[in-house]
Amino acid sequence: MPVFYGTEIQSRLMLGTAQYPSPAILADAFRRSKAGIATVSVRREAGDDQAGQAFWELIKELDVALLPNTAGCHSVREAVTTAHMARELFDTKWIKLEVIGHSDTLQPDVFGLAEAARILTEDGFEVFPYCTEDLVLCDKLLNVGCEVLMPWGAPIGTGLGLNNIYGLRSLRGHFPDVPLVVDAGLGVPSQAAHAMELGYDAVLLNTAVAKAGDPAAMAEGFAKAVEAGALAYAADPMDARDMAAPSTPVLGKAFLE
Amino acid sequence: MSLTVTILGGSVAGLSVAAELSSRGASVTVIDPNGAPGAHACSWWAGGMLAPDCEGETAEEPVVRLGREAAAWWQAQGAEVAYNGSLVVALGRDRRELDRFARRTENHAIVSGGDFEALEPHLADRFDRALFMQDEAHLNPRETLLKLREELQARGVVFQTEGTPNGQVIDCTGLVAQAALPELRGVKGEMVILRAPDVTLSRPVRLLHPRFPLYIVPRGDGVFMLGATQLESGERKRATVRSVMELLNAAYALHPAFGEAELLEIGVDARPAFPDNLPRITRKNETLYVNGLFRHGYLLAPAMARMVGDYLLDGTTPEMWHEDCG
Repeated sequence: MPVFYGTEIQSRLMLGTAQYPSPAILADAFRRSKAGIATVSVRREAGDDQAGQAFWELIKELDVALLPNTAGCHSVREAVTTAHMARELFDTKWIKLEVIGHSDTLQPDVFGLAEAARILTEDGFEVFPYCTEDLVLCDKLLNVGCEVLMPWGAPIGTGLGLNNIYGLRSLRGHFPDVPLVVDAGLGVPSQAAHAMELGYDAVLLNTAVAKAGDPAAMAEGFAKAVEAGALAYAADPMDARDMAAPSTPVLGKAFLE
Repeated sequence: MSLTVTILGGSVAGLSVAAELSSRGASVTVIDPNGAPGAHACSWWAGGMLAPDCEGETAEEPVVRLGREAAAWWQAQGAEVAYNGSLVVALGRDRRELDRFARRTENHAIVSGGDFEALEPHLADRFDRALFMQDEAHLNPRETLLKLREELQARGVVFQTEGTPNGQVIDCTGLVAQAALPELRGVKGEMVILRAPDVTLSRPVRLLHPRFPLYIVPRGDGVFMLGATQLESGERKRATVRSVMELLNAAYALHPAFGEAELLEIGVDARPAFPDNLPRITRKNETLYVNGLFRHGYLLAPAMARMVGDYLLDGTTPEMWHEDCG
């Protein structure tokens, strides 16, 4: 099971907590997903006097590790401030770092991300950077102190799945010992299974579950897919090949026609 | 033996319960320290859509079914209910949202071309098709509440700003009851009212968008209500620039003539909600609580009022009864 900054998590599925029809449905989805980590946004909910407290209490009751995020932050300064707010609110060093660089595609600002990751790591945070699958960027993030990488599958909320299989596989190959999480862009369970088959340690998703007609059922679907993909990776799958190879010998078979 | 009740809270929930009980013969007093309905209550900032079918996209089944009682009930109270249905549209790139919305809801027809033109001529040239929810209705929330209060006064309901409650106490105070109902939380909403004389709409229009969904409700005389954000925060003040910008942007995308509109009001409040976002009737220390109407105040208050009446007058356990609200 994945180990993030020394903490072993008993699930390869991480779920976001936004956009569910209700907190009760959110709780159902978590139960059936058996997710080990919940991400939670603080940027817009904080307000004065911790006005988001009631919702955060419901999230805390889920009994999973909390990973606050800096969703919606478009600059280094904003992300750093939000991370500090999150540390106060949730009493955790963990922060999922998002620095958005493009408001339409919500693509990460990779330059700002590396800078914010450096500042926060020096400040004692344990940073989970939401990044692209760019090898050089990921190397840089590791150099500034990140011990987890969370490359996107596709832009946030698109449900397009894994857009760059080569890039994701290459990251796994280059960083065999770094916990890798596919974060964002997943739409259906088969895509999560695929990420696990590439040897990823976990997947993080939100919209695919929250916006499904039946979020709890979709959550369970993802749980099963993640488990299937992880089993497959551990089992060392066969290589694809062009030549058909019958699993039963043809010799000696009775001719019926 | 006639029933005597005191209702705490004189906004959408309280007045609906007062109307239902007084029409069924109860002697009703409403106590609200704020007096008449106004900006202190979140129902003042509501859209006033009676749109059970649209709400079915995300809301649970009881909201859709119970919400279908709303339009007729409000009309029976003397409210001006516009039975014009509502429209759902999506911009080019988000067209698939419309298909999904159609799949997740009932009682609609796809309109395009001349049919669309006949319904909303100002939108028909901007969108090639729309979902028409023909059974839906809308009302003006503020006029409706003020008129209902007058009507109830005429019917003998007593309105006070303070006093000792008599008989069965029914608490309809929304978020004010949070101390007694710890599971209750606030869900912040921001809205905008503007005047756009160049735009004519006859019915509420929803613009689907994966990030910035919007609804616009016509209030007559070129006035429109734009709503509403939905944030997991109990904050009842501080409309943010981002939220207002998103609402205005979406309105501008719906029709560029909204760019020339006059900003009349920016409103903000929090809706009272339980964890399942469904309303509840509950009893605690002999007080009956009607709460958690969330974003469905006008849509669900009639059904909730009926259930309170059935419970107090006939002993029927309400469908939305909740044994323990913590």
